[in-house]
Amino acid sequence: MPYRIGKYTLALEKPPIILSCASVGSKKEGEGPLKDCFDYMEQDSYFGQNTWEKAESRIQREAVNRALAKGELDPSDIDYVFAGDLLNQCTSSVYGLRELGIPLFGLYGACSTMAESLSLASIFVDSGAGGKCVAVTSSHFCSAERQFRFPLEYAGQRTPTSQWTVTGGGAAVIGRGEAPPFIRAITTGTVEDYGIKDANNMGAAMAPAASATICRFFKDTGLQPDQFDMIVTGDLGYVGSGILLELTEKEGIDIHRQHQDCGLLIFDREKQPEVQAGGSGCGCSGSVLCGHILPQIQKGSLKNVLFIATGALMSTTSVQQGDTIPGIAHLVYLSFNMEDIKFTNPEKNCCVHGGRKGGA
Amino acid sequence: MSMTPQEYDAINQRYSPASKGWKTIPLAWLFGGLICCIGQAFSDCYSALGLEKDIASAGVSITLVFLAALLTGFGIYDNIAKYGGAGCLVPITGFSNAVSSPALEFKSEGLILGLGAKMFVIAGPVIVYGTAASIIYGLIIYLFHLY
Repeated sequence: MPYRIGKYTLALEKPPIILSCASVGSKKEGEGPLKDCFDYMEQDSYFGQNTWEKAESRIQREAVNRALAKGELDPSDIDYVFAGDLLNQCTSSVYGLRELGIPLFGLYGACSTMAESLSLASIFVDSGAGGKCVAVTSSHFCSAERQFRFPLEYAGQRTPTSQWTVTGGGAAVIGRGEAPPFIRAITTGTVEDYGIKDANNMGAAMAPAASATICRFFKDTGLQPDQFDMIVTGDLGYVGSGILLELTEKEGIDIHRQHQDCGLLIFDREKQPEVQAGGSGCGCSGSVLCGHILPQIQKGSLKNVLFIATGALMSTTSVQQGDTIPGIAHLVYLSFNMEDIKFTNPEKNCCVHGGRKGGA
Repeated sequence: MSMTPQEYDAINQRYSPASKGWKTIPLAWLFGGLICCIGQAFSDCYSALGLEKDIASAGVSITLVFLAALLTGFGIYDNIAKYGGAGCLVPITGFSNAVSSPALEFKSEGLILGLGAKMFVIAGPVIVYGTAASIIYGLIIYLFHLY
């Protein structure tokens, strides 16, 4: 059963594991540094469909089906799927997964959805509500562009702070077991808004949320950044990563050595200058986690990883009305060993906001 | 984290690179000028073929709008604009692109609610306020007997 440590963090008493995972990418992702990490790479950005939205649904379906196949599982083995994407009413998720017949929770956490879905699936497994659960997200450059920005053929120029939505997705099957990667703890983010209004500067809108969540995790658990091999944010990009390092340093937490960003890992900004400040989208953190990070934890080349997916929670309407862009960041602590690091916070197992006394 | 939006914006400004104006402004000038030169070349050709000046001018507009729409359809115009920037947006070719690109993009929602309704999603405001401005301009000319 999950139990609270500190105000924001839930430790998972018997850490669930990632049974299998799969990542999907397209042409531009295949030209980036992680080209060999995708389980399914489709050069046709339509993915054999006739609309961008259907293409994105296909990404979700492929990600889930391939993750299930790798784990030698059938959809009927899965108790719940937690799915989300960037499109209005999360249509990529529901259309993509409708044939699977798995009970579905549709999530919207913008680009933070991979950590959100992973968090909820882990809680379900650790609490016994679900035996095996799937967490899946996707994004598509073309469907996101036409929903949030301009038509693809429009002759506008991208600003240096803008980011490139990843066409891809990731799916992970969470269940019980003794083999890594283990999901040790989760820290759920709060909505943070420091007044950024530029829809072409998502990194700056999300960096305070990432900083807040990371600092709260260390405060709640009593752990130190040095105990981690990698602290990887979802899609802060070049701008947001710089801001994050400064913000966390101000709070007395130095993560320079461990910090990486999925948006900077998936594209090479030198060779792919059109991505400007880096990659973004649910599919960015989803595909990098499932294709690049989880396999490394599985092999043991990474022992302790903090995965913090970051989301900008605006809509086209809120942006047009001149409102600010709130950010959110959810953290998942993944490890190679089940219990090599103990949570040292003296407040652990404390009862917060009338919650149950944990640990049992 | 205790920080006002103003304090945060100061941090943001330090990390957010500005557009490379030293590169984009001369390129916009060059591409915009080039498009105008092409227009002038068409104008001279049409005049040489014996068309009146105002008819030749209309012919130039029609030709440039057609070519920009064609290049948009082939997926070339936005690639030119990656270098040309505002130089590709400001001339009449940019207007053509602003109409034809949503028409292409939203055809998946059908000819009426997609292509028809969304065609002017970018150019619509230009038409509305351009027409409004021309009415005001006309009124000023009329009221002050400027012609």
